[in-house]
Amino acid sequence: MEQFFQQLFNGLAVGGIYALVALGYTMVYGVLKLINFAHGDLFTIGSYLGLTMLVSWNLSGLLPPFLGMLVVFVMVSLFVALIGWALERAAYRPLRNASRLSAVVSALGASIFFENAIMLVYGARVYVYPDFLRPDFVLNIFGVAIPAMRIIVITVTVALMFGLWGFIQRTKMGAAIRAVALDQGAARLMGINVDRVISLVFLIGPALGGAAGLLIGVYYGQIDFTMGWNYGLKAFTAAILGGIGNIPGAMLGGFLLGVTEAFAAAYIAVAWKDAVAFLALILILIIRPTGILGERTADKL
Amino acid sequence: MKRRVFSIVLAGVICVLPLFCNPYWTDVCVSVGLFALLSLSLNVMLGQAGIFNMGHAAFFAVGAYAAAILNTVCQWPIFLTMIPAGIAAGVFALAVARPIIHLRGDYLLVVTIGIVEIVRIALINDVFGLTGGANGIFNISRPSLFGVKIYKGWQFYYLVWGVTAVSMLLFYGLWRSRFGRALNCIKEDDIAAEGCGINVVGYKLAAFSLGAFWAGMAGAIYASKMVTIAPESFNFSESVLLFAAVILSGGSQLGVLCSVFLFFGLPEVLREFSDARMLIFGLAMMAMMIWRPQGLLPPLPRRYRVAAAAGDGKK
Repeated sequence: MEQFFQQLFNGLAVGGIYALVALGYTMVYGVLKLINFAHGDLFTIGSYLGLTMLVSWNLSGLLPPFLGMLVVFVMVSLFVALIGWALERAAYRPLRNASRLSAVVSALGASIFFENAIMLVYGARVYVYPDFLRPDFVLNIFGVAIPAMRIIVITVTVALMFGLWGFIQRTKMGAAIRAVALDQGAARLMGINVDRVISLVFLIGPALGGAAGLLIGVYYGQIDFTMGWNYGLKAFTAAILGGIGNIPGAMLGGFLLGVTEAFAAAYIAVAWKDAVAFLALILILIIRPTGILGERTADKL
Repeated sequence: MKRRVFSIVLAGVICVLPLFCNPYWTDVCVSVGLFALLSLSLNVMLGQAGIFNMGHAAFFAVGAYAAAILNTVCQWPIFLTMIPAGIAAGVFALAVARPIIHLRGDYLLVVTIGIVEIVRIALINDVFGLTGGANGIFNISRPSLFGVKIYKGWQFYYLVWGVTAVSMLLFYGLWRSRFGRALNCIKEDDIAAEGCGINVVGYKLAAFSLGAFWAGMAGAIYASKMVTIAPESFNFSESVLLFAAVILSGGSQLGVLCSVFLFFGLPEVLREFSDARMLIFGLAMMAMMIWRPQGLLPPLPRRYRVAAAAGDGKK
């Protein structure tokens, strides 16, 4: 039972990070019907930028630890958001009216570009996050020992998701995003500046992705330049699992995938952990391509 | 016309190249030839039919492992294993593609990435106790042709490029046939193709298995060339490179050869450039989609001889 709860919380923490990345996929898919393959690499950029700020700029040393972490968190999100915005301007906007697959190829190109840019800047080695960032105390909840880091990651991800949810549902800009996702043409007729909404989506998604990158660095303590593909694919799986284009779906999918993976690693075999996620992806696309919360649409996948 | 001259020159250069190369460069040319063979096989599905397959390394791996297992366990000579290796890859492709072939391009891409990863993980975990786990399979024998054992660089060079040349002729015939026209039609617009009475799923599956069959045969040659194969040789970035090469080529066989040289040959020539090559190819993919979406060298339009007698209806 101890192991069960351990794995559950581990899965929820990793799943929360998947969910943050999945939100970027799902929002972009919602407005552009494009799988932004470069999103996983924006996530990687987030974790590398976070490392640079923490270690080289020593931000967490100059400021009190909590405040320092917060500043790093905000700055990483801002930087990655700017990169995401630039990516949309350079690689996707010129292809807005081209065939969908052209945009997909462009996204793949962007992903390859980012991955190798990170490699050229930082080198191909694995980087380690300073471990003083990880609080090492363990919380005791109903007799189950849970590392505090897991609780922190879960709290941060859930808070960010609620923030996003509130923004999408309660504000005017959020309503505009929902409108563009429903029907671009009609939204334009209602006086919504569609280009601005798309830019906004490419600011929010990468900001969340960058934040997730920082979290994964702090949580696992180890990053490398190719991890974007792996986490990106898993987050994409999460987005599909919940129903792509659907924001609560991405959150649900992320947590579900994280927990499934953690249990698979614990009860089946660690070596097959990654295969489980990919198998899940294939099975969902075959059995229920619209995901758990997605509605049936006429558009064939 | 320009293209024809260029092709003849290219063919001539390929024929005489080993005469001017030291063993190292011959070896490089052999791997370029293998990648050419793989890219041409991927071109059948990706370039001709527009099936977004980013897991081509999986079929290559299945072929290589099938050949290696037949060779080391059952002692079959490598040339005999080529066809079974191709069939193994083709059947595997058919089995995995059947449920997913109807998915739209970008989804298919993601699923094929999943497949190549699952195959790699399965090979590392030594699924049937035959694949040797993370270390792979050793002591695969060299092929021998008419009693001559092929082991030198230039012998492999002519073997690989000979197979590539024969494949190109066959693929050219395929492109000109009804089958090739159907694939191109599906690539342009699969709904219109369906409307014209083309069995879209059937043709896509056929193209998929055919490409995988060829990749499997290339895998057999690769296994005998390397003598040792391991799961890490068939990773996902290999698939990405092949995919990018075929996309940038535009879909003609000449274009595929050119982009294979760009992707796999040039980084060897310009060593200092090899670190940055993927960066540049990534940029090229974005730029190409914006300014030249048809690719480097798209196939020329088909030509038909119109019968002299009008109204005879023969095209």
